Amino acid sequence: MAAPAQPVAITGAEELEAGHSLWQDAWLRLRKNKLAVGGGVFILVLALASFLSPLIAPHSYDTQNLALGATSPSGQHWLGTDDLGRDLLSRILYGGRISLSVGLAATLVAVVIGVLYGTISGYFGGRVDVLMMRIVDILFSLPFIIFVILLMVIYGRNIYLLFLAIGAVEWLDMSRIVRGQVLSLKKQEFIEAAQALGLRRRRIILRHMIPNVLGIVIIYGTLIVPRVMLTEAFLSFLGFGVQPPMSSWGTLISEGARSMEEFPWLLIFPGLAFSSTLFSLNFVGDGLRDALDVRASKD
Amino acid sequence: MSEPFLELKEVRTHFPVEHGILFRHRVGTVRAVDGVSLRLQRGEVLGLVGESGCGKSTLGRTILQLLPPTEGAVILAGKNLAELRGGALREARADFQMVFQDPYASLNPRMTVFDTLAEAIGAHKQVPSAEMPARVAALMEKVGLSRRFVKKYPHEFSGGQRQRIAIARALAVEPKLIVADEPVSALDVSIQAQIINLLAGLSREMRLTLIFISHDLSVVKHISDRIAVMYLGKIVESGPAAGVFEKPLHPYTKALISAVAIPDPEREKKRQRIILSGDPPSPLRPPSGCAFHPRCPDANADCSRVTPPLEEFQTGREVACLRAREIS
Amino acid sequence: MPLLEVNDLQTSFHTRNGIVRAVNGVSFSLERGETLGIVGESGSGKSVTCHSLMGLVPQPPGRIESGTAMFDGKTDLLACSARELNVIRGRRVAMIFQDPMTSLNPFMRILDQLIEPLLTHKLARRDEAVKRAIEMLELVGVPDAAHRIRSYPHEFSGGMRQRVMIAMALVTKPDLLIADEPTTALDVTVQAQILELIKRSQQQLGMAVIFISHDLGVVSGFCDRVQVMYAGRIVESARTEHLFRSPRHPYNRALQKSIPALQPKGAALYTISGMPPDMSRPVQGCAFAPRCEFAVEACRVREVPLKEVEPGHRSACLRVQEKQLQWEGAHV
Repeated sequence: MAAPAQPVAITGAEELEAGHSLWQDAWLRLRKNKLAVGGGVFILVLALASFLSPLIAPHSYDTQNLALGATSPSGQHWLGTDDLGRDLLSRILYGGRISLSVGLAATLVAVVIGVLYGTISGYFGGRVDVLMMRIVDILFSLPFIIFVILLMVIYGRNIYLLFLAIGAVEWLDMSRIVRGQVLSLKKQEFIEAAQALGLRRRRIILRHMIPNVLGIVIIYGTLIVPRVMLTEAFLSFLGFGVQPPMSSWGTLISEGARSMEEFPWLLIFPGLAFSSTLFSLNFVGDGLRDALDVRASKD
Repeated sequence: MSEPFLELKEVRTHFPVEHGILFRHRVGTVRAVDGVSLRLQRGEVLGLVGESGCGKSTLGRTILQLLPPTEGAVILAGKNLAELRGGALREARADFQMVFQDPYASLNPRMTVFDTLAEAIGAHKQVPSAEMPARVAALMEKVGLSRRFVKKYPHEFSGGQRQRIAIARALAVEPKLIVADEPVSALDVSIQAQIINLLAGLSREMRLTLIFISHDLSVVKHISDRIAVMYLGKIVESGPAAGVFEKPLHPYTKALISAVAIPDPEREKKRQRIILSGDPPSPLRPPSGCAFHPRCPDANADCSRVTPPLEEFQTGREVACLRAREIS
Repeated sequence: MPLLEVNDLQTSFHTRNGIVRAVNGVSFSLERGETLGIVGESGSGKSVTCHSLMGLVPQPPGRIESGTAMFDGKTDLLACSARELNVIRGRRVAMIFQDPMTSLNPFMRILDQLIEPLLTHKLARRDEAVKRAIEMLELVGVPDAAHRIRSYPHEFSGGMRQRVMIAMALVTKPDLLIADEPTTALDVTVQAQILELIKRSQQQLGMAVIFISHDLGVVSGFCDRVQVMYAGRIVESARTEHLFRSPRHPYNRALQKSIPALQPKGAALYTISGMPPDMSRPVQGCAFAPRCEFAVEACRVREVPLKEVEPGHRSACLRVQEKQLQWEGAHV
């Protein structure tokens, strides 16, 4: 039965009814979404395999076997070898480590900067907001690739620099999204009520604003990861990312593309690994969006 | 005549309308509240009525300093709230609270009832955490909510229950003044009465001064000691509730009362209604002179030239109409 | 022969929380030129009933489980093809809605929206249609109609937009107008204007009107007959004066008692205890019983059909049907 509106005699022996937060609701909804669950499982398995690669990869990523050269899949090398005789499966596993870490790290950088920037801009409003958003607009218009290339030229090729650089671009999107959410939240009466109570601004931002912004941050954050990975792959493809013998999926695809006609497996397998990861991330992101969409909740 | 508990002196809340992207310039002003003065005694219930655009919600928020007044004084128990800033204003907020219209938007959806009420209780006082559950339970009991639901989230309650939680939150800081902005408009008719009874009962029991803002005259009539009618940012009539209803002085008040349907088919079908022509005016382009004159069935030539001041008509009754004495 | 005869309409919504029986066996008839008020709170099914008749219920998640709705003795609105329905909708049956903001297309001029029904149903050629549209706009009280007809909806105020919507509904001179809470979103003084307008138009065109509202007061001044709905069913229906003077269902009586205007000042307002039922759960017995001060054991067990208890007065209260309860006036 629906919760009664009548006052009930309060006795000490009453049990408290458990509450059911919106997060729990969302989790239940997410669990029902098969695509999202499938994608999530795939990512988890792949991530686990990649990060455990030193333990589980059959060979090291840089063990060369020049005598062998490029071979197609066999019992010894499940996915074949490249022209330097390096085991492709191992290289894909190790490469996954790089690609996934860059993806996660850069996304984290983007999210943290974006959320802080967007919240401040949205909450304070007025001239502060106008100024901050114009800066974002200007940064948006800068050609990203040239910026990264410049960085690489000045500071040398460095994996950490790579994710800082990518994160430094992706935060722009996130800040706009968060600002939009904060602006609409500001109009909600529970924020006015918090102000009316006389709560400090910091508390309002931390306790009332940010938890209600998290939903959208999670959704878009999850969708930033594939974008970041693509960007890293693109940069590596161009030769700006990781350097051999270290591999990322981007470099593997780049090498594979070069010898596509003779040794197609060198392109197909890394390509498959990469695209399945991207698909899975997108499914999870879409699933999260459907699950967390507040409009879908009651009333 | 004792000192009024709440006094508003020529309060004005204006919003500039600006154009331009980086260098903004002012092209007009919305005079949402345009010179409101009134006095309330401790424990009185004032019904503030008017239609959309009249400024009643803006006035409510201005009194509570959620919107800064452009001019004028808001004096509560001798202190001018409009002059307070920063920490002093935050501390003073324990004395005055608001109940909002939308029960769905006025509670943080990610906080349980306990979180919301505990935060309010602890906003201005140090309360040891061991004591908090008992205090929260007492508050819930006061507004008629079972303490069994203390761990639940807003979306698990109905509109009426959410409004009770909102009222509990407002009471948690032990205020002396509560402004209720259309607190029952979003609720079903059969629930409205429950919430109105609650507010009326609590305000009597706790000697609260209550400003009840509504567009629903019949609700306001029932709960209020005094009534003030607003039109385009100004009060056009005020007085004791029964008096204003039985003998309205301002043509707008008469039209407003006439527009309320009487649930008695025979009388309703036969009665003579006052139907105003035209639309409510825009606060961006107010009419000259008396703002009501374009729609007023009793307007004459002077009415478009002179803005009538709010004046005492007889003891306790004020009206802002040039022709008030002639038409009554 | 009645203009509209609805028989055992059942509409439900299949949601992930269960099946919500929004309309649970509604039957009524409407004569030509009659005004019928349908009163109820949110969740009573009053809007869904009329949306079902007009084919506006999205299916899925909605489903019209059963029922017939004979229009003019010839077409069953619930069973006819989309083509047949489109000939009737907008031409012989028109509907106006609560929210004037979202009921008009913001990208089309008023003129184009007004002539659209005439052109679609091939009732006039363009220039004739434009003339009739301007006349209609004048009829609904829009000043300077010939010029203002070229405006866009956002250039009108809420009350004006509602008038435009009424003009759009009436331009084809329909036999039946369904008004779904047309004044709820408007200011009280504008409400009075719009009600006056609908009344005048009804008299001039001889239309039948179904007026949906939660406000008993509004309905009392306007309708010939009123039906009160609760939890998807009609619980009482009668001529307006009788419904008010001699309530024959505890819910109707309680609604009237709750009206603040009728209560003495100072005393607490009369309240109906409890809350409307959860429509996704099946109801046992009378849906109002949990909140009813007159309920007895039998009320919770048996489903009570709507029956005539006096000439022209139907009630779905078991105890009223068995002559155990009767009131004269809600103040009793």
